[in-house]
Amino acid sequence: MNVPDNLKYSKDHEWIAVDGNIVKLGITDYAQGELGDIVYVDIDSDLSDIIKGEPFGTIEAVKTVSDLIGPFSGKVTELNTALIDSPELINTDPYGEGWMLIVEIADTSEIDALLDSAAYKELLG
Amino acid sequence: MKQTRFNKIHHTLGAKMVEFAGYEMPVQYSSIISEHKAVRNSVGVFDVSHMGEIFISGEKALNFVQLITVNDASKLNPGKVQYSAMCYADGGIVDDLLVYKIADDNFMLVVNAANIEKDFNWMVENNEYSVEIKNRSDVYSLLAVQGPNSKNVIQNFLDDELNLEFYNFTQTRLANIDMIISRTGYTGELGYELYFTGDETDAEKVWNKIFEAGREYDIKPAGLAARDSLRLEMGFCLYGNDIDQTTNPIEAGLGWITKLKKDKFIGQDAIKKVKEEGIKKGLAAMVSGERIFPRKGYDIFSDGKKIGTLTSGTVSPVLEKPIALGYIDAEYKSVGTKVNIVIRNKEVPAEIVKLPFIEK
Repeated sequence: MNVPDNLKYSKDHEWIAVDGNIVKLGITDYAQGELGDIVYVDIDSDLSDIIKGEPFGTIEAVKTVSDLIGPFSGKVTELNTALIDSPELINTDPYGEGWMLIVEIADTSEIDALLDSAAYKELLG
Repeated sequence: MKQTRFNKIHHTLGAKMVEFAGYEMPVQYSSIISEHKAVRNSVGVFDVSHMGEIFISGEKALNFVQLITVNDASKLNPGKVQYSAMCYADGGIVDDLLVYKIADDNFMLVVNAANIEKDFNWMVENNEYSVEIKNRSDVYSLLAVQGPNSKNVIQNFLDDELNLEFYNFTQTRLANIDMIISRTGYTGELGYELYFTGDETDAEKVWNKIFEAGREYDIKPAGLAARDSLRLEMGFCLYGNDIDQTTNPIEAGLGWITKLKKDKFIGQDAIKKVKEEGIKKGLAAMVSGERIFPRKGYDIFSDGKKIGTLTSGTVSPVLEKPIALGYIDAEYKSVGTKVNIVIRNKEVPAEIVKLPFIEK
């Protein structure tokens, strides 16, 4: 299982790459493995904000559907539109080409509440 | 939880294992879609040893099979297989099954894993002809070798030429193990099913032989998830989803296996009545052009009104489109009718189509 040290993690199995108050997020290698073949990523193309604890989209895999949960609140500045036609990028490259959103975070203290790689590994057991 | 004799192999291959009908079964090995495509394009192998094998023997074996199944087993010669169903007196489906005629006084009935006990008890309860009913599910292993290259794989280790017609079987030896090989399957592809007894070592021998012979065809193990998407592309019913005790064969589109004119069988009168009066609801096939994933339990709407419920759904790996089966009010059943599938409170357009979903 790949859990890069330079990322932050949410309990909902999202990874977050932090650069000041600009963050990039996607789902972890563990999450994509659990979901299996991802068929659609359903995020509104005009999604402007995400809210901590609230669903901002869904992932449809062959086996199951899973909500995407905001790990913090912020303004969406970019969506990975490549996922519309190639959702399998999440399976093949979850931390790279499979990224989902770039978000401008409102309250950077919310980042501190996220897990580091050691804590996330512990969560996975 | 029960295990098949291939359990160790599945674990060694890193399969994702799940509980299914009381068995620990592989749901996928690598990727569902790649396993699905291996079967459509070359060859894949399913461990379906959880399926049930119930043997009916005795002088009146045929009379008994005729009584408990809806298809006409009197049409079978030894070596023939028939798709059929067992019904309750009210026409509801006990199970769908395969009937193998081994000899005039000997039949093998292959039933769904989840229904083995229920089916066996039902047979015993209705044993009007004093036949011998033996549940040998636990001693039989079953592998399904499916795909356009399946014949090449099986032929590789048979001395005689494999010349089986569709829904025929032969009793032969493979890897020095006696087995029944039938040209059957649940995928819509050319395929064979191998029934054999023996221990784990025997099972592993057969598995290894098949994979050796299949290497040149890039043979892949395939799990229950691919089995489900493959059968759904063909529109084959799955018991527990598309058929159960609340649906009858006519509603389920299984009128073609229900021979109402044959001698008495359980459910005959009720099904006759359904046919005369016409069905109120029926199983329909739907395709959508939208980016949705239809699933069992989703509602089907038309003009803001609920007209049915999905019983199976997936995104077809071949069509790359959402496909689904569901029961809908009979007036909406005709091909070309536009309906809406409700997904998370959103109505998504779909259209009634003819089965199979894919061309075969």
